Amino acid sequence: MDLLEYQGKQFFASYGIPVSDGAATGEVDEAVAIADRVGYPVVVKAQVHTGGRGKAGGVKLANDAAECRLHASNILGLDIKGHIVKTIWVEHASDIAEEYYASFTLDRSAKKHLGMLSAQGGVEIETVAEENPDAIAKIWIDPVDGLTEAICREWVLAAKLNPAATEGAIDILTKLYTAYVDGDADLCEINPLILTPTGQVHALDAKVSLDSNAVYEHPDYAQYDATQPRDEREEAAHAKGLQYVGLEGSVGVIANGAGLAMSTVDVINQVGGRPANFLDIGGGANADVMAGALEVINNDSNVKAIFINIFGGITRGEEVANGIVEAMGRVALDSPIVIRLDGTNADEGRAILAPHLSDKLMMEPTMLDAARKAVELAKG
Amino acid sequence: MSIFLDENSKVVYQGLTGSQGRYYGLLNQAYGTNVVAGTSPKKAGTDVEGIPVFATVGDAREATGANVSCIFIPAPGVQAAVLEAAEAGIELIVCITEGVPAHDEAYFFNKLKRDFPNTRLLGPNCPGLISPGKANVGITAGHIAKPGGPVGIVSRSGTLTYQALYELQQKNIGVTTCVGIGGDPVPGTSFIDCLAAFEADPDTKAVMMIGEIGGSAEEEAAEFIKRHMTKPISSYIAGVTAPPGKKMGHAGAIVSGGKGTAAAKMAALEDAGVRIGNNPTEAGELMAEIVASL
Repeated sequence: MDLLEYQGKQFFASYGIPVSDGAATGEVDEAVAIADRVGYPVVVKAQVHTGGRGKAGGVKLANDAAECRLHASNILGLDIKGHIVKTIWVEHASDIAEEYYASFTLDRSAKKHLGMLSAQGGVEIETVAEENPDAIAKIWIDPVDGLTEAICREWVLAAKLNPAATEGAIDILTKLYTAYVDGDADLCEINPLILTPTGQVHALDAKVSLDSNAVYEHPDYAQYDATQPRDEREEAAHAKGLQYVGLEGSVGVIANGAGLAMSTVDVINQVGGRPANFLDIGGGANADVMAGALEVINNDSNVKAIFINIFGGITRGEEVANGIVEAMGRVALDSPIVIRLDGTNADEGRAILAPHLSDKLMMEPTMLDAARKAVELAKG
Repeated sequence: MSIFLDENSKVVYQGLTGSQGRYYGLLNQAYGTNVVAGTSPKKAGTDVEGIPVFATVGDAREATGANVSCIFIPAPGVQAAVLEAAEAGIELIVCITEGVPAHDEAYFFNKLKRDFPNTRLLGPNCPGLISPGKANVGITAGHIAKPGGPVGIVSRSGTLTYQALYELQQKNIGVTTCVGIGGDPVPGTSFIDCLAAFEADPDTKAVMMIGEIGGSAEEEAAEFIKRHMTKPISSYIAGVTAPPGKKMGHAGAIVSGGKGTAAAKMAALEDAGVRIGNNPTEAGELMAEIVASL
């Protein structure tokens, strides 16, 4: 779950990390009221789940109420790479002496937490990593040990920040590690982390991604789930608890198991078609789940054919076939279906489907044959 | 022979009295797995179809000599369950549970490595493992696997594992052990662990490896294969056309910042001499060719 900047800043603030005084709003009048409260100059920032906000005109400095009103009304409703701005964040503009970079993430390869700190902030860390890798001080933290103050100090010194920033950076990084671990984050990034002319260190930006598997430990994360960027199809699938990713093509995909669903998307591409989605209905494949999946796909106007790819493991072929027949009775479908049913009791399952076969419901013996058929139908 | 699991393994099910634990525990027993015990703090002293239930893994191990545990406990209890099994001296912990937070996984992976180096953890979020004809621990359908050999299978995906087993069975090719390492960011057992065990197993003559997008486990496996594997390998990587930045069902299946693509994984494996299929069927056909030439 990716947080918007203002959510990330509020998340940081709840762990005691200093951020600029500000607030989020969707109203121009309120933006001006926030600016009046925090004091000019202010920065008005678009809150969208994409980068490149500055270039798109989504980040503006305002010196007075009139400028704040102008920028707020221009930015609200702005289209940034397909994301319409509904919320802006207004904060007191900071004086910047230096810009740094700091982050924690899980290094899947080392199976430890990775901290990265650089005196070169304000630019993409990938660019720094490529052009000047020595400018990034890295530490790997064993989750059993955690981050001690002594190690944090050593790390900050290795990053060669301005000595005036040392104590402030140690304080923020210690708190950032706590936020990262206690908050079950996949990523906590501050870029830039700034040093002000008066020697204060604070977070000028916030990029936070939280582990959706840990929501049960954090009931308040439901608020972030509500602002995740999803198109209409993804929203409908999410509401039904389906594992769905929207794609751009015309062949709807339903498969049981994440690996098989990924593989189905691949095979459709390999035979010259374009999948409309990734959808994993899990191992069970009963009528309720199948009907829900068919509904979601049927509502996608790009879909011209549907490929149901089922491999029976513990779930037997006849159960799957009965589920499909029942689901088809419940949903009025616009597109033809091609089924590939294999695995446990596949013959029994195919026998159940046989009397229902028509030009709306076809069956093919292999995954490749079924993919070819579905693509052919989608192309009309 | 087989790896990690055989007919002598004595298995305790943590969460045997829950609906999933009971269903798969009994199914595994029906397959022939030596299911010796279950645990449930509240139902100690009872039994499930004659399988005795103990309060803790320690009690179960003391009474039955269990050396393998299989976890069917909901995600919030998994960390405690893994550590309980390790402290009881279990040698192989198989964690089926899906949805375990990545920070928990990173914690108990490192805790086990440090304090219980002789305990192997498989999973979480994995289908388990099967040594066909000997024992089956987890949710794999036993009847789609042909016993014997000469092929060992290791996979990150459940259904693609079943598909691989089934295709080999259709071609009358047997399997020594099939290990599902799971699709989470911090799997307890890696491709490399399984490849090394298959390389050392005299009955395994070839290995089928099924990977997917996300992380760099396949690239690391490719390095290992180059240096240490003498046995031929066929492979398939799922997610060739997956869009970047999206989790494809599994928590670990995500291409981020241009890293973890299927193309990079396939290139690394091919460079290590692995034969790559463009879909699971092709990988099975390649394995049939390899087996025919052994």
